[in-house]
Amino acid sequence: MEIKNFKAKVGLEIHQQLNVGRKLFCQCPITESDEVEYKILRYLRPTQSELGEVDPAVMFEFRKRKANIYIYNSKSACLVECDEEPPHPINMDAVKAAITVALALNSKIVEELHVMRKIVIDGSNTTGFQRTVLVALDGVLKADGIDVPVQTISVEEDAARLIEEREDAKVFSLDRLGIPLIEISLAPMETDPKTVEKVALALGRLLRLTGFAARGLGTIRQDINISIEGFPPCEVKGVQKLDLIPKVIEYEIMRQYHLYNVATLLKERGLDPASSVGEYKDITELFENTGSKVIRKALDGGKKVYGIKVKGFKGLFKMEPYPNVRLGLELADMARAYGLGGIIHSDELPGYGISLEDVEKVKSRLSAGESDAFILILADERDLDALSALRQRLLQFFDGPVPETRGPTGDGRTRYSRPRPGAARMYPETDIPLIRVTKELVEECRKYVPKPWTEVLKEYMQKYGLNEKLANQILDSPYLNLFEKVCSTTKLSPTLVAVVLTEHIVNISREGFDTSLLDDERLMELFTLLDSGQVSKESVVEILKCMCSEKADVSECVKKLGLKPLSDEELNKIVHEIVASNISLLNSMGERSFGPMMGMVMEKVRGKADGGKVSKILKEEIVRMLQKLREAE
Amino acid sequence: MEKLDGYSGPIKRLLEENNVRAGDVIRVVTVDREYVGTVIPRYEYASQDFLTLKLSNGYNIGIKFDRILSISLVEKHSPPSFKSTPPTFKGENLPHAVIVSTGGTIASRVDYRTGGVRPALTASDLLSVVPELAEIARVDAEVLFSIYSENMTPSHWTILSKKLHDYISRGYEGVVVTHGTDTMGYTAAALSFALKNTPVPIILVGSQRSSDRPSSDASLNLISAMRASIEAPFSGVYVLMHGWVSDERMAIHLGTKVRKLHTSRRDAFKSVNTKPAALYENGKIHVLLDNLPKRRPPSDFEIFPNFDEKVALIKFYPNMDPEIFMHLHSRGYRGFILEGFGLGHVNSALIPVLRKLIRDGVFVFMTSQCIFGRVRLTVYDTGRDLLEAGVIPLEDMLPETAFVKLSWCLGNFGEDKVLDIMKANIANEYSSRTVLEEGECFGN
Repeated sequence: MEIKNFKAKVGLEIHQQLNVGRKLFCQCPITESDEVEYKILRYLRPTQSELGEVDPAVMFEFRKRKANIYIYNSKSACLVECDEEPPHPINMDAVKAAITVALALNSKIVEELHVMRKIVIDGSNTTGFQRTVLVALDGVLKADGIDVPVQTISVEEDAARLIEEREDAKVFSLDRLGIPLIEISLAPMETDPKTVEKVALALGRLLRLTGFAARGLGTIRQDINISIEGFPPCEVKGVQKLDLIPKVIEYEIMRQYHLYNVATLLKERGLDPASSVGEYKDITELFENTGSKVIRKALDGGKKVYGIKVKGFKGLFKMEPYPNVRLGLELADMARAYGLGGIIHSDELPGYGISLEDVEKVKSRLSAGESDAFILILADERDLDALSALRQRLLQFFDGPVPETRGPTGDGRTRYSRPRPGAARMYPETDIPLIRVTKELVEECRKYVPKPWTEVLKEYMQKYGLNEKLANQILDSPYLNLFEKVCSTTKLSPTLVAVVLTEHIVNISREGFDTSLLDDERLMELFTLLDSGQVSKESVVEILKCMCSEKADVSECVKKLGLKPLSDEELNKIVHEIVASNISLLNSMGERSFGPMMGMVMEKVRGKADGGKVSKILKEEIVRMLQKLREAE
Repeated sequence: MEKLDGYSGPIKRLLEENNVRAGDVIRVVTVDREYVGTVIPRYEYASQDFLTLKLSNGYNIGIKFDRILSISLVEKHSPPSFKSTPPTFKGENLPHAVIVSTGGTIASRVDYRTGGVRPALTASDLLSVVPELAEIARVDAEVLFSIYSENMTPSHWTILSKKLHDYISRGYEGVVVTHGTDTMGYTAAALSFALKNTPVPIILVGSQRSSDRPSSDASLNLISAMRASIEAPFSGVYVLMHGWVSDERMAIHLGTKVRKLHTSRRDAFKSVNTKPAALYENGKIHVLLDNLPKRRPPSDFEIFPNFDEKVALIKFYPNMDPEIFMHLHSRGYRGFILEGFGLGHVNSALIPVLRKLIRDGVFVFMTSQCIFGRVRLTVYDTGRDLLEAGVIPLEDMLPETAFVKLSWCLGNFGEDKVLDIMKANIANEYSSRTVLEEGECFGN
């Protein structure tokens, strides 16, 4: 079947940080902190859920047996994050935020909330679980021409930040752990990838308009479930940028479609998994005298060489119907997820220093024939689970696309992360009492339900005199609050402020400047100086660049760049000089000499004077000079 | 009315009418939606007008009874339970060890009755949760009690000491006692006195984080305790818990000099007025004290298992009514352990009352509510008056340990022996030297 005839379903789930002042289950502020006050080392062990079952994703993590090292800073974490104190009562502002969103989406609000523990033992939660509570079910999101049903709305705590993954340990920072998130899960959509991006944008905008959403990079994260018709979905977790969404969806559809084709092909070739995929065999001795640097290095490090024969697979590993879609890559990514360097498959040999002779030896040992293939895995005894998983993955090539958890690579493709977890990993958080959602509470939240985006947009355009493009940009911007503050406390034109906060900052960010240093406080200072005329609007971009690269504040940059504005006297002098030395121009063009002379003055003045002011003085000077010349005649 | 899976009233009737029990999958039709999910038992202290349902996505929700139109059974299931596999031992030559469980969060599950955590696993369930134990010893297990440690009484100490005496006499080389952390210090002191000349060490162990969660300190504590009980060169009674909030270091504390000093931290237990007896780190035991009894043959192993219940531990406070002591005495109390201020002081109003009680044969001993430091009644007037009244200072003994010791003295020996035995250093409850220690109590 042609790829374009394949119906694909996309389920979108977004996680948005809430700016409700405090973390979800303690009184810590929501802040980032890099300094290390203490390092705490912990191990996590699998447990059993209420229904007596153990989760496959959980066993996957436990097998790795890595230590978790948590970096603690008292500004951003307390004993609750260290798992040294029971959780405090839930932050009701976070619950109200979720109820507000539920009202906006017409969802059914759960009347008695039960906080649950969702087991997570990859180290990102010190307790070994994430606290999460289902607040509402159903509802509809009205996005750009499409109505998307809502499945669930939950409130949960964010995980610790992964700082570093070493061979024996993972290092996390506790500052992000416990920050309240709202999670909204949409029903799977059968639509084109671009529309999914629009849906994500619409949902993000709705959240921002409630006033509860934190703004800025990293505060919102999209998880996307993609499935092709007849097969279960794969989840791609952690897609941060909206424009990556369509790319990820397209890649996944191609990848899953290829897996479907492979499965069909294998069936046509009359192969079956049990007889096709061999056991993994220790074939280290075949490589004792190998010239391959890769293998030599592994052997020296105590690793062995394992081989798995795959009957009838010749050519299938390297087959690449679409860019970066091939079975070899699937296996390599999985190997890496298990902590190995990757795999080597027969389609790419001879290579890596492995000679044709070596290949023949392996084929002979594994009894591989002309149409057969094999993979080599460099591993030691602790990696038996990885070997089993890779062998299992080979068997699954006969099944088509299989459910997995994947992550985005940042350039539009996805890679294997870990097995898809089951629902067996939730049980009640018994330290937190049940929460009754009363009619009064719901009514209180109703006042936070925002007007639709189009209405808010119109209001903004009217109130601030912005064009539609700028209004959209500022409403989406992390600087929205600052924008409103500047407009209400200064006499600056809202258009100017919006242009600085959206276009200027985005542009210099694209040029490579680190704009994360431009916080509300520093920018407010800039606007204050602009307002009082101590800085001209022409110099803003230069100042912003300086603030980013020198990590300095506004006044330091003004000094550094010598951008102190010219006094009226100085400005008048310059204008007069320019006009006086261009009499011939004045004579030949009359008042139209304003254009070229303006250019000359601005170049001389270079950001130290406001363009409007210069224009006024220059016009006056030209008129005065012209009059003088006429009188002289 | 009898509850059904924690439900009573109309919800209970609704479940019964439809032949539904907890664990069954049902369909619930309400005024605005239909739900399919598993019935979850109701916590005892949760209100009775909600039905708890676990949805297929794993979340529990509460559905208000008065919005339910009907329910119907979809599939019958067994109620939630814990699966355990039989343990296999790794070696024939491993020493014999026993784990005696008294309850507490080192072995617990979710409690549907209170919504809290409750001791529920059998001792052999411990072995399936902590398979590493089978690599250290051939482990037998017994659940002696299954109670919260706050409900322990001296008769429990008696039963426990007799049980341990029995196991050790039968030749067990490793003895671990799991215990709730709230009163583990008291029990450790009780065993330290009740069991004389123990041939092998007895290690009490608990956990601060319940064992149903992945971050629980239960497993690591238990494994370390088992190792310590087999490998330590010393005998006696000890408490083993985390030495700091990290998993890298366990501390082994003298049973008579350990106190729970934090409500929730993993390293809540600290040795008071002494270093810990030993540390367990990187798989090795580092002994820190040099006056610990050694492992020995059981020839002089003796038991004095009784405790008198008419002993009170009293924390003194400003303007405390001396009548309280008279009242207790009239109720038959034979001995008081006072937690005085500072060096061991109470207000002057109490002193004549104490003098009278002591003349009437009541035993009164002084410890300090400062917990750290040594009681010294010769320094100030108040102290000297107390001495003159007949109050006996207990040096640097912990108030809790003193309470247990006095109870033990009165339970096993004649009144004429009590003072001598209280003043004697039976189980390292006194340290003769207090050295200067660096760092705060809860620092790294």
